[in-house]
Amino acid sequence: MDMKVAKKKLGLKEKYRLMTRDLGWEPTYRAKDEVFPYVNYEGIKVHDWDKWEDPFRLTMDSYWKYQAEKERKFYAIIDAHAQNNGHLNITDARYLSALKIFLQAISPGEYAAHKGFARVGREFPGVGTQVACQMQAIDEIRHAQTQIHALSNYNKYYDGFHAFADARDRIWYTSVARSFFDDAMSAGPFEFMIAIGFSFEYVLTNLLFVPFMSGAAYNGDMATVTFGFSAQSDEARHMTLGLECIKFMLEQDPDNLPIVQGWLDKWFWRGFRVLGLVSTMMDYMLPKRVMSWREAWEIYGVENGGALFKDLARYGIRPPKGWDDAEKAIDHMSHQFMLGLYQWSFGTSFHSWIPSDEDMDWLSAKYPTTFDKYYRPRWDHIRKLAAAGTPFKNFGLAKLCQTCQLPVVFTEPDDATMSCHRETEYKGEKYHFCSDGCQHIFDNEPEKYVQAWLPMPSLFQELDGDIGAWMNWVSLRDGEDNGDYSGSRDQRNFDQWRGMATSNT
Amino acid sequence: MQIDLRTVSIQPLRQTFDHLARRFGDKPASRYQEGSYDIQAAENLHYKPTWDPDQELYDAKITKIVMQDWYALKDPRQFYYSTYTLARARQQDATESNFSFVESRGLADMLPPAVREMALKLLVPLRHAAWGANQNNTLICGYGYSTIFTQPCMYHAMDNLGIAQYLSRLGLLLGDTEALDEGKAAWLEGSAWQPLRRYVEDTLVLRDPFEAFVAQNVALDGLLYPLVYARIVDDYLSAQGGSAVAMLTQFMTDWFDETKKWVDAVLKVAAAESDSNRAVLQDWIRAWSTRAASALLPVVEIALGAQADDAVGEQLADFRVRIQKTGITL
Repeated sequence: MDMKVAKKKLGLKEKYRLMTRDLGWEPTYRAKDEVFPYVNYEGIKVHDWDKWEDPFRLTMDSYWKYQAEKERKFYAIIDAHAQNNGHLNITDARYLSALKIFLQAISPGEYAAHKGFARVGREFPGVGTQVACQMQAIDEIRHAQTQIHALSNYNKYYDGFHAFADARDRIWYTSVARSFFDDAMSAGPFEFMIAIGFSFEYVLTNLLFVPFMSGAAYNGDMATVTFGFSAQSDEARHMTLGLECIKFMLEQDPDNLPIVQGWLDKWFWRGFRVLGLVSTMMDYMLPKRVMSWREAWEIYGVENGGALFKDLARYGIRPPKGWDDAEKAIDHMSHQFMLGLYQWSFGTSFHSWIPSDEDMDWLSAKYPTTFDKYYRPRWDHIRKLAAAGTPFKNFGLAKLCQTCQLPVVFTEPDDATMSCHRETEYKGEKYHFCSDGCQHIFDNEPEKYVQAWLPMPSLFQELDGDIGAWMNWVSLRDGEDNGDYSGSRDQRNFDQWRGMATSNT
Repeated sequence: MQIDLRTVSIQPLRQTFDHLARRFGDKPASRYQEGSYDIQAAENLHYKPTWDPDQELYDAKITKIVMQDWYALKDPRQFYYSTYTLARARQQDATESNFSFVESRGLADMLPPAVREMALKLLVPLRHAAWGANQNNTLICGYGYSTIFTQPCMYHAMDNLGIAQYLSRLGLLLGDTEALDEGKAAWLEGSAWQPLRRYVEDTLVLRDPFEAFVAQNVALDGLLYPLVYARIVDDYLSAQGGSAVAMLTQFMTDWFDETKKWVDAVLKVAAAESDSNRAVLQDWIRAWSTRAASALLPVVEIALGAQADDAVGEQLADFRVRIQKTGITL
C-alpha cells in the first residue's frame, strides 16, 4: 500500500507559473527566430523573459467563470432596455451624436485592438507576456461586440448608426481613429504595446472611458453605462498589463530607454489628437454635462499622468514631448472642433448644432479665458446666419493633417488668433500638418506616413467632387443622418415618442 | 390564458445595420450576426506593416485558400464572446465538480499504481502540445481574414490554454510538481515524444493561417483527441480501474466533440468554394495527417504497447471518413 505523501503547498505565484510559463519550451527542431520572427527588428533588447512579472494571475477556469457572470448581467440589462423602450429615457436625442461617433470610430478600434493583441500574443517569446496579451485579445473582441449590441437598439429608432461599418472604412472623420489603430498595428510588437497597451490603455483611457461612461450615466443611457461597468474590471487588467510592459522594457536594458521614450512622445501626441473628439462630446454634445474637458484634463491628465511620469522618472523617462503643447490646447480644442464639425455637418453621420444661450454661459464659466474672447463671437455670427435663413456651410475641401488626419483647424499653441499649419517637403511632395507634434511624427517615419489614405483628397480625385456620389459611397443619407440637429428626424421622432410615453396625447 | 402586457408601441425605422441588411435583408439580426459580420476593417487601410511590408494590415492573400467572401466560413455553434463564455463557464463548473469529487473521495490514491503512472506519463507532456495549439490558434486569429473565421480561433486558443492548465492540475493531483517536471523532461528529451514535438515546432513556423488551421485543428487534434482521450483514457484506462482519470479529462472529450463540428464546417465551405481550394486542402490534410499519425504512434504506445499500431490505423481510417464528409477525398 502506498504511503500517503502530503503534497507540496504551492504559493499563488508558483502555481500560476506552472499553469502558464512552464508550458513553454525552447524550440530545438526549429530556430527561435523562425518561431518568433518579428521580435528583434525594432531594436528592443530583452535578456530574460522570465523577469516578466505577471500583471494578474488568472487561469482560464476563473476567467470563464468571472466573465460569464458579467455577461449574464450585461445582456439581461440591455434586453430589458430594448424591451422597455429604454431609449426614451435619455435626456435628449442630441446626446446620441456622442454614441454615433463612438460606434463609428471607437468600437472598430476595440476590434483592431483585439487583432493586435492576438498578434503580439503570438509574437512575444515569453509565455507570461503572451498569455496576458491573449487575454486582452479576447477581452477586446468582447468590448467591440458588447458595444455593438448595446447600441443596436438605438439604430432601430435613430439615424446615423445604420452604416457604422461603411463609415469606419470610408467617411472622413473616422480615419482619425482608424489611422491611429492602423499605425499601431503596422508597428512592431513592442511599439504596439507602448501605443495601445501603455499610452492608450494606461495614460489616455481614463480621458476616453470615464467621460463617455459618466456621460451615459448622466444622460440616462442605461445600455452604454452598463457596458461601461461591465468592462471596468477588464480595463483594470489592461492597465496593469500596459504598465508592466513599459517597466519590463525599461528594466531589461538601458539601450531601450531612448526607443521607448520616442514611442511615448509619438503615441502621447497621436492619442491626444484622437481625444479631441472626446473634448467636443464633453463640452458640447452632452445635454446634461458631467464636467468640462478642462476639468477632466486636470484630473485624468495632469494629476494621474503627472504621478505616472514621476513614477517612471527613475527609469530616465521624461514626460512626453507634446505635453506642454497639449496643456496649451486644452482651453481651445473642443470649441475649434465643434465649430469645424458644425460647418462640415453636411458630411457627418451625426448631428451638430449651435449651442444655446444657456450652453454658451456654461462654456464661458468653464473657459473664462478663452470662450467669450474667441469662440462666442463666432457662434453668435453663425447663429445670425442661421436666423437669416443662410446657415453657415462649408462644402470646401478640408485640408487634413497627414499624420493625425484631423482637419487643420487648430491654432498656434501661444497665439489663439493664428491658425497653426506646418509643412514638410518629402521626395518632391508637400505634406501638411496641424501641429509640431504631428510634423515630428511624420519626419521620424516619412516612408510610413506618406502611405496614409487621406479621405478628402481621395474623394475629390475619385468622385470628381460629386458630393451626392460621395454620400452614397459612405452610405450617408442626406437630410437624415447629417446636418443640424434642430429640425432633424431624430429630434422630431424623439419628441413625439417621448410625448407618447409620458402623456396621454 | 395569456394576457399581454401593454407597452407603448413605437414603429422602428429599420431592423438592423446596413451591412447586415445587405447580407440578410432588413430583419432583426441575431447577436452572432451583429458581433461577427463585417466588423473587421476592409478598405482604405492606411499603412503597410513594418514587420512585413509585402502584406496588407488585414490580408486575405497570405493564405493559399481563396474565398470570394471570407464571411462564408460560419461557425455552426454561432459563438460570439458571450455564448462562448457561458458555454465554457458551464463546462468549467462540471470540471470543477469532477476534480473535487476525485479529490474529496481520495480517488487518485485509489488508482492502481500502474494506471496512475501511465496517466501521468501519457497526459502530462500533452500540456506542452496544448500550448503549441494555443500558439497556432492565436496566430490564425491574429493574421487570418474575417471575424467569422478568426474569432472562433481566439476562443479555441483560450480553450487550448485551458486544457493545458487542466492537464497541469491533473499532473499535480495524480503526482506532484515532480510529475510536471518529469513530463516536461519527457517532452524535451524522451524518445517517445520527439516526433510529436518536432511536428508541433514545424507548425509553429507556419505563416499561412489556413495551413496552420489544418495542421493543428484538423490533422493533429483530429487524431490526438480521439486516440488519447476516447480510446486510451475513456476506454482502456477505465477498463483498468482508471475511470477517475476519465473524470478529469471529460472536458477534453466533450470539447473535441463540440469543436470538431466547427472545424468540419470550415473545411466544408472552403472546399466547396473551388476545386483549387479543395486540392490545396487535400494536399495539406494528407501530408499533415500522415505525419501526425506517425508522430502519435510512439505516444499511443506508452499506453497500448503493441496494439498502438492498430489503434492509430483505425483512427486514421475514421479520420478519413470524417474528412470525406466535408467533400475532401484523401
